[in-house]
Amino acid sequence: MSGVSINKISGKGVYVKGNDIDTDRIIPARFLKCVTFDELGPALFYDVRFNAKGESQHHPLDDPKHAGAEVLISDANFGCGSSREHAPQAILKFGFKAVIADSFAEIFHGNCTTLGVPCIVMGNDDRALLAELIANDPDAELIIDVADLKVICANHIFTVSMKGSAREALLAATYDPLDTLLAQLDSIDATARRLGYAAA
Amino acid sequence: MAKNLYQKVWDDHVVGQLDSGQNQLFIALHLIHEVTSPQAFGMLKDKGLTVRYPSRTFATVDHIIPTDNQSRPLQDDMAEKMIQVLSDATAEAGIEFFAPQSGNQGIVHVVGPELGLTQPGMTICCGDSHTSTHGAFGCIALGIGTSQVRDVLASQTLAMDPLKVRRILVEGDLGPGVTAKDVVLHIIRTLGVNGGVGYAYEYAGSTIAAMSMEERMTVCNMSIEGGARCGYINPDATTFEYLRGRERVPGGADFDVAVEKWQAYASDVDATFDDEIVLQATDIAPTVTWGITPGQAISIDESTPDPEQVEGLARNLVTDALEYMQLAPSTPIKGVAIDVAFIGSCTNGRLSDFEAVATLIQGHHVADGVRAIAVPGSEKVDKAARALGLHEIFEAAGFEWRLPGCSMCLAMNPDKLMGDEVCASSSNRNFIGRQGSSTGRTILMSPVMVAAAALRGQVADVREVFGLTQAS
Repeated sequence: MSGVSINKISGKGVYVKGNDIDTDRIIPARFLKCVTFDELGPALFYDVRFNAKGESQHHPLDDPKHAGAEVLISDANFGCGSSREHAPQAILKFGFKAVIADSFAEIFHGNCTTLGVPCIVMGNDDRALLAELIANDPDAELIIDVADLKVICANHIFTVSMKGSAREALLAATYDPLDTLLAQLDSIDATARRLGYAAA
Repeated sequence: MAKNLYQKVWDDHVVGQLDSGQNQLFIALHLIHEVTSPQAFGMLKDKGLTVRYPSRTFATVDHIIPTDNQSRPLQDDMAEKMIQVLSDATAEAGIEFFAPQSGNQGIVHVVGPELGLTQPGMTICCGDSHTSTHGAFGCIALGIGTSQVRDVLASQTLAMDPLKVRRILVEGDLGPGVTAKDVVLHIIRTLGVNGGVGYAYEYAGSTIAAMSMEERMTVCNMSIEGGARCGYINPDATTFEYLRGRERVPGGADFDVAVEKWQAYASDVDATFDDEIVLQATDIAPTVTWGITPGQAISIDESTPDPEQVEGLARNLVTDALEYMQLAPSTPIKGVAIDVAFIGSCTNGRLSDFEAVATLIQGHHVADGVRAIAVPGSEKVDKAARALGLHEIFEAAGFEWRLPGCSMCLAMNPDKLMGDEVCASSSNRNFIGRQGSSTGRTILMSPVMVAAAALRGQVADVREVFGLTQAS
């Protein structure tokens, strides 16, 4: 149950271009028909990767050059829309360990953090350069340093930012908050009584 | 010190501070449904945990339930399984479950308010982003992920960062044919789909104050489409009158005590906000989307944008959206042909939505070739509409009158677009593939605008189709 500290993440990156990429695009609703998250990986971005006949649309995720990529890079307002945790679950199950974007939608950001997937904020010029570095050398390794708020790729060092509480929780291995929450049962029950709700 | 409603409700529900710097927040009301919640019960089981406050959680089925035939077992095996898992898990935990045919089933954000479970001053959460709807009652209402559903089941609390608050004042009278949906589409268009990130929205001003509770729910519902995690409206006499006599609301003298408590949550007159904007009702026309985000909206008299007039990455957004929608730049939105008309959803599937449409479509008929469906938001809405004979008016006009559910808003049930059909929809999202076809096209608008489009077979101005003019 207790997680491990998440500080340094390294791996190949892949750039999926576009602002306002919503969670319906990340995982179409029909794949939400499931009672566990285990099988969601292959469904990631399904309807933009494949046409109605199931033929590849040559999406970056299916480019052999990017096979095995572990860092997903996109643009502004990534993960907007539905609260479905199926979206970060699909990203995680596909093999990604972190997401870099210009900005993130709030619920998606929270869901990622709980799963131990850092949401790294990187500015437009830096992301453009990073995308170019990856285009030139798809095997280039990215190193994300959560503690120092740096991303290193092909001899370039990018300064990035993260939501403070998310960074703290990832480093302290408390990103899955359940144990922390359950440690306060007495205070929870006291709050419930104060607000007039039946005791547990 | 003066506080706004958000600060009062938040402070009231804080259990303590966590090491990460987040607050631990007590959740007064937890709503669950069959798509994002069954997995949470599995997570609890894996950890050997039980539900801590079963009396503060309520369950229903809405997302995958068919709207033509809800008899069990459902034809879709996985849909049946999801409902069964939820039904079994809630029974085991002692959570009340509003099953189909119970009289209380419906879309989770329609059911909570109509039963009076939603009350001012509450913290409310649900594994659904449109939980913001409940903010209409003066609540902090948050959409959450499944792991957080697990957290609430196990501890009745969430780990949360407080939000900033932006007050959005809308002032003046709305013109004929202009509705709450147009107000919120206008707000999102003005502030952008990510303008609300990091904020709760407080909607205020004379336009909002004049709205019914159902209209206020429409506005708060779409807060999340503007990037705001939640949106709220201060409780007032309209709120209290709506709640009076509801099934789960205290009655008699207890009601007066409750009103006094609820009233105290309203933002103080001298409360401060992190940001404030003012919009004028007279600037708002019937509004429709042209693209693939709810912010890509224009008034019915406007044309699609020209990407050449847009700079940077935003140009790609416009180009991609026009291409997906198969619309040319600088084309009037009025007159774009539609294939499907959908009235329903947690945004616009309440009794007043169907009443407003029924008043207009009586004696008219849907255009040839248009598939039109009306889906009540709950069994209670269905029953009330039938009692008024609304279903007959809809059917006589060529609409199918369906059973309650989310239906074609997200098309997890059999109600889907086919191929690249265009749908005039009273729902909340026009994302790529949202309505069940990866090439399907959605044009968001108010229910009465959907009615106008259904009758004309193309996007139309409700004011022209039904001859609405300003009352003198």
